[in-house]
Amino acid sequence: MTIAPPAADERVAARSSFRKLLGRPEIGALIGAIVLFVFFSLVADAFLRASSFSTVLYSSASMGIMAVSVSLLMIGGEFDLSAGVMVTSSALIASMFSYELTLNVWVGVVVSLVVTLALGFLNGLLYVRTGLPSFIVTLGTFFMLAGLNLGFTKLITHNVATPSIEDMDGFSQARAVFARDFTIGGVQVNISVLWWIVFVAIATWLLLRTRSGNWIFAVGGSAASARAVGVPVTRTKIALFMGVSFTAWFYGMHILFNFKSVQSGEGVGNEFFYIICAVVGGCLLTGGYGSAIGAAIGAFIWGMTSNGIVYAEWNPDWFKFFLGAMLLAATVVNLVVRRRAEAGK
Amino acid sequence: MSTTEEAPLVRLEGVGKRYGNIIALRDIDLEVGASEITCVLGDNGAGKSTLIKIVAGLHRHDEGVFRVEGEKVSFGSPREALERGIATVYQDLAVVPLMPVWRNFFLGSEKRTGAGPFKRLDIPFMRSTAKRELLDMGIDLRDVDQPIGTLSGGERQCVAIARAVYFGAKVLILDEPTAALGVKQAGVVLRYIAQARERGLGVIFISHNPHHAYPVGDRFLLLKRGRTLGYHTKEDISLAELTAEMAGGAELEELAHELESAGVQGAPELREDARDLGVSD
Repeated sequence: MTIAPPAADERVAARSSFRKLLGRPEIGALIGAIVLFVFFSLVADAFLRASSFSTVLYSSASMGIMAVSVSLLMIGGEFDLSAGVMVTSSALIASMFSYELTLNVWVGVVVSLVVTLALGFLNGLLYVRTGLPSFIVTLGTFFMLAGLNLGFTKLITHNVATPSIEDMDGFSQARAVFARDFTIGGVQVNISVLWWIVFVAIATWLLLRTRSGNWIFAVGGSAASARAVGVPVTRTKIALFMGVSFTAWFYGMHILFNFKSVQSGEGVGNEFFYIICAVVGGCLLTGGYGSAIGAAIGAFIWGMTSNGIVYAEWNPDWFKFFLGAMLLAATVVNLVVRRRAEAGK
Repeated sequence: MSTTEEAPLVRLEGVGKRYGNIIALRDIDLEVGASEITCVLGDNGAGKSTLIKIVAGLHRHDEGVFRVEGEKVSFGSPREALERGIATVYQDLAVVPLMPVWRNFFLGSEKRTGAGPFKRLDIPFMRSTAKRELLDMGIDLRDVDQPIGTLSGGERQCVAIARAVYFGAKVLILDEPTAALGVKQAGVVLRYIAQARERGLGVIFISHNPHHAYPVGDRFLLLKRGRTLGYHTKEDISLAELTAEMAGGAELEELAHELESAGVQGAPELREDARDLGVSD
């Protein structure tokens, strides 16, 4: 690398903007996504079909909606291991509340929203009050919720799944909001894909253009420094946990109105997929760095890989190996990025 | 700078603080006026942190009187202290390393534009202001978008100082700003501390290094085990005397006595040291 002469200011500017691009948290994921796209296009003929693309997008959204809020939480320096089962809890609450009391499904939807937000608040409050790592706190709530999901469902429905709510009042409306399919340019797209894009856009705007975003980076990067200059650290962290519970509610509603009935044991393990999407997308495990767009690209990589392996007619058993390898690679890239940011020019 | 008030910016009279039955601080006097630097010196555990925590609003004092511009105060939070123009720059807590310089500069006091749900950061304003304010302090950054962690330790302290100055601090508390720095960087920070004084600020400069404190300080408060060991103006005391008092010269001599009576070799040399430091003769 040569040092630009002081006279050539334009060249300095040009190089610094190129470096700025390389310094973006999502750049590694973007390159990875392009490589994978080209790769699967070459090895799997079915991959480039429009119908395949809509399947890939749908899988991506199924991870991506949660990955948005999980990435914000991770930028804020915390984990939520209860995120996977919370989606199921939320769907179970809405389903059983409406069904057992024979109410319009929207009543269940609203009750579920309130309860799920309260769960997120509880996660945040436990973390703030106990001072324990969020990893431990949410590991606890993860198992508690998993147990409650099964226990309550069996107690109330005498079954491991909830009965179908398809013929209940308000179902078709709710399905139109949370799970409708429609066609754009000959491609069938589920509305959850659009919601995913909307959430990514909102989260990106929040992170980069608002005071709250500044606070999220600050509490993740150095909570003590943030507190010293007057950032409300506890409020910000609790809000982030509630953000995760909000998307858990939203995605829970999608599952409920897409599949009509909810399996009470679902969701276990998904929390790790959300974290993988966020980390592959450039979020640091230690907080203070990352992007919502990166997490979206991470989710897209997840969608391409999980379906690409099927289209390539490989044994899908290998998928998880691939996922783990990708996580390691992404973490190494992130480590290099952070070292460069923290230690000198 | 144009204030004609008689009262100093900050004045402590007989201030004390207890934590339960532990007396952390007892009977401390201190004052700092506009365009003055008061240095608080002492070893670890001398009570420096407790003292600045009282002035910065993290703890309330139990005894004595704490006045800001002549008015009795007792702060319940750092925000209250900030509202009275007392800003604190902590040694390790100055900045968030991974965030860009301009975001750090405005962290906690972000400038916003727009209304309702579209209220957003005024990024062009914050960028240009941070760049200009840092330039005024003599820090010329090519790019205020670079993570602040890429700056040197000295520059980071300077950004934190520039931030406090910009947000209207009248009194600046600097907690060991030179402690973790090399000789050259410490020099840079000391220059900005002097510059803050030129701008009319009162500065409370905490340090355990008399070589850093003496060149810039106007008053020196020496603490030891929660008590005042000495309170001097610059005219009263030379660097050698200050160093000797800090090093506990009087105690050094006492130690020499003890060792001598125990028949330990080397005690005469210790006594010699104490004499060199100017505490005994």
